[in-house]
Amino acid sequence: MAWEVVIGLEIHAQLATKSKIFSGASTAYGADPNTQACAVDLALPGVLPVLNMAVVEMAAKLGLAIGAEVAQRSVFARKNYFYPDLPKGYQISQFELPIVGKGQLNIELDGEEKTIGVTRAHLEEDAGKSLHEDFQGSTGIDLNRAGTPLLEIVSEPDMRSSKEAVAYMKKIHSLVRYLDICDGNMQEGSFRCDANVSVRPVGQEELGTRAELKNLNSFRFVERAINIEVERQIDILESGGKVVQETRLYDADKNETRSMRSKEEANDYRYFPDPDLLPLVIEPEFLEQVKAKLPELPDEKKQRFMQAYALSLYDAAVLTSSRELAEFFEQTVKLSASDAKLCVNWVMGDLSALLNKENLDITESKVTAPQLAGMLRRISDNTISGKIAKTVFEAMWAGEGDADKIIEQKGLKQVTDSGAIEKLIDEVIANNPKQLEQYRAGKEKLFGFFVGQVMKISKGKANPAQLNELLKKKLS
Amino acid sequence: MHNKTLVELSKALHKGEYSSVELTQHFLDRIKNYDSQINSFITITTDEALKAAQAADQIIANGDAGFLTGIPLAHKDIFCTHGVKTSCGSKMLDNFIAPYNATVVEKCQAAGMVMLGKTNMDEFAMGSSNETSFYGPVKNPWDIKSVPGGSSGGSAAAVAARLAPIATGTDTGGSIRQPAALCGITGLKPTYGRVSRYGMIAFASSLDQAGPMGRSAEDVAHLLNVISGFDERDSTSLDVPSDDYTANLNDKLAGLKIGLPKEYFAEGLDSNVAKALESAIKEFEQAGATLHEISLPNTHLAVPIYYIIAPAECSSNLSRFDGVRFGYRCENPTDLDDLYTRSRGEGFGAEVKRRIMIGAYALSAGYYDAYYLKAQQIRRLISQDFSDAFKQVDVILGPTSPTTAFKIGEKSDDPVTMYLSDIYTIAVNMAGLPAMSIPAGLVEQRPVGLQLIGNYLKEAQLLNVAHQYQQVTDWHQAVPQDFKEVL
Repeated sequence: MAWEVVIGLEIHAQLATKSKIFSGASTAYGADPNTQACAVDLALPGVLPVLNMAVVEMAAKLGLAIGAEVAQRSVFARKNYFYPDLPKGYQISQFELPIVGKGQLNIELDGEEKTIGVTRAHLEEDAGKSLHEDFQGSTGIDLNRAGTPLLEIVSEPDMRSSKEAVAYMKKIHSLVRYLDICDGNMQEGSFRCDANVSVRPVGQEELGTRAELKNLNSFRFVERAINIEVERQIDILESGGKVVQETRLYDADKNETRSMRSKEEANDYRYFPDPDLLPLVIEPEFLEQVKAKLPELPDEKKQRFMQAYALSLYDAAVLTSSRELAEFFEQTVKLSASDAKLCVNWVMGDLSALLNKENLDITESKVTAPQLAGMLRRISDNTISGKIAKTVFEAMWAGEGDADKIIEQKGLKQVTDSGAIEKLIDEVIANNPKQLEQYRAGKEKLFGFFVGQVMKISKGKANPAQLNELLKKKLS
Repeated sequence: MHNKTLVELSKALHKGEYSSVELTQHFLDRIKNYDSQINSFITITTDEALKAAQAADQIIANGDAGFLTGIPLAHKDIFCTHGVKTSCGSKMLDNFIAPYNATVVEKCQAAGMVMLGKTNMDEFAMGSSNETSFYGPVKNPWDIKSVPGGSSGGSAAAVAARLAPIATGTDTGGSIRQPAALCGITGLKPTYGRVSRYGMIAFASSLDQAGPMGRSAEDVAHLLNVISGFDERDSTSLDVPSDDYTANLNDKLAGLKIGLPKEYFAEGLDSNVAKALESAIKEFEQAGATLHEISLPNTHLAVPIYYIIAPAECSSNLSRFDGVRFGYRCENPTDLDDLYTRSRGEGFGAEVKRRIMIGAYALSAGYYDAYYLKAQQIRRLISQDFSDAFKQVDVILGPTSPTTAFKIGEKSDDPVTMYLSDIYTIAVNMAGLPAMSIPAGLVEQRPVGLQLIGNYLKEAQLLNVAHQYQQVTDWHQAVPQDFKEVL
């Protein structure tokens, strides 16, 4: 039987505020345990939450960016359950009335676009951390993270493969960084997701029973966890079994998912509106102000890149996948005064390759946009050839300075004087009479041999176009 | 000194007739000598009090004193007090030394007032008789075999026995007004949000409100001046300037429209209490007020929905008492469930556990709509009753409690009968209105409380009405017989 995979994601984006969502304690990562937990975070008797208004603007930005309705009135609710790293015995979240309603965004996969629905996004506080190591027979609790603001973005079950799920997650990742509302740091847990996965026979409308995969904190894990879970579910169904609705944990070391708790064991969270917080009311004027501050969004930028620079959907999508990369590219184009295609090739080619190899982000690139542009200008004005440019680029990467300096110091300037090139050609022809004879007898493949020989003695500096033209004349 | 009003005490301190240290020592001595009979204090902060009194004397000497500088008071043990045990009447917090001050405590301190100690109360403010306290029941100074009411029974008894000139209390369903009534003192529950809840241990967040408990409307007005006001640490606090609550005390009552809800003078009201109220009503008529029968048709629903909403909120508010970070922790827990189960099982008393269970049930999946949501809808109807009434009248008058003080143990095995003793006070919390109880008679040497309910933020008007009544009557000056020789 052919199976269709159905995936929905719940993404938790940590909002990039300085202080917590309901207290004044710092949200900075990596402090000593419990040094960033104030009376409110510790849930001492008598303390009360006060909403950090910065999170409202951030949530509104996301809502506007995905074309969703930002609720004029949303309500904080208590999600009640006991756990040592949840100091109040409830998490303040939003339940029936979230701040962001239905929206959508487009993902690109294999050069095609697909629209994924966003069901809702709501504000909530993070819990603390339980430390099971280092405490023999006991568990340590670190409440630094307790009260960190999160925006939980819930998608519709619109994804049909792990690749689509990853593309969607990357899109949200890029979006929150464009909006400057989340640092997107997955290692520190600032951006993570749960995946709801089910399968159904192709053509069946009714959804299959789903499993929820918890806490997937890298794109790679999302893809692998979904794949392994899909296999597991198909195996069960094909051997006549039934998938159980449950929460499963992905174990990256063993590459398997295992059951955490079934639906029957699931908590009854006893949600109810938090009486310590008034309903959150957003005035239309506030939304207008937020709207005015929105940056150009990835999809708008992508469309503009495709038109302004005649880029393919693929190139435009890659270049706009991060705000920083897009800015690097645009700055390069502007400063180099060169053909956009040339810039794309370099940014997406040699530059990306080196970044990947050294595991660097575009913001950490060892060649800056003005430096790259400087080099591209020398390609465009024929000072160097594309091939020599690779040498120049590597030297710039190694920190040897700007392109002009490197070209000068290493004498990499292209030879464009036809007299000089002719002289080199004559020399090569004179030294290779046998090949000349064969060429003239019809072995035209040897043309490349002569080009190579001339390039060799010119140390790569002969202008390739001129060389071709002159060589053709001389050989015939 | 202990029979003087706050106005008299303030004058005496300013004139230097006695110092705050002398005044404070006088009350500390009284507590030491007589509190064993009524058990109204959980903690007595002798050293801190004398130190604060010394500081107050210095301020008075410097000429920087405010009206209440140097005046002692007692705080209900529900308010967090920095460095002092804050038990909330529970074994759960018997070992809890608060690391910060509640806003109310902070404001009293800033006004130069001197804390004598922390008063006894029903455990986590859940009770109407002060019998649920881990520290034993408080006894009514008017009859030590009777209850003082609750949950602010310790504050009420301490003020009635002249162990403190004034005290703070909190009122979730009548916890200031009912003990004020049963102990013959004056207590005010302000509009919800008028006094900050920060640092006040939560019972039912949407109903809890702190207020003053004293011997007269004038005294209470002075303390309300100190503790009221917006607090940015409490999101439900009202961002509206406070009035000067003493400014209108002497306004005349001619033309005042007083509403008498027929539902409050119906079956269930003790006939002697009703008689006492009748004579009080005559006093108001003589003062020029007009009387109007009104109806609050949803009154009978107030108690049932209160016992949905308050337990629901408390079931969640009390989850933080889990034995992990502070408070009672069971010995040698075998695992996490054992830690939770035994810490909470051993740390909470029966009434608290009963309400947590009722609340958790009312909020659980499948019951939420039928109980919690329905109760919230009825709550709006109750508020509507009051807003309709306030279109016709200025204040509403009725009994505070259906009976006078009942015997200790009389109702403690029958929670429902106990819950009904708050039948006239609970609706006010549902609507968030201000209300107060003032002494209005004695039945067999037990005080009768008269309740005045005002419209939102009309505390000044309520205090004016109460003060005018106290100008022509002396019930508020009556002294418990048993304490007469020492008073």
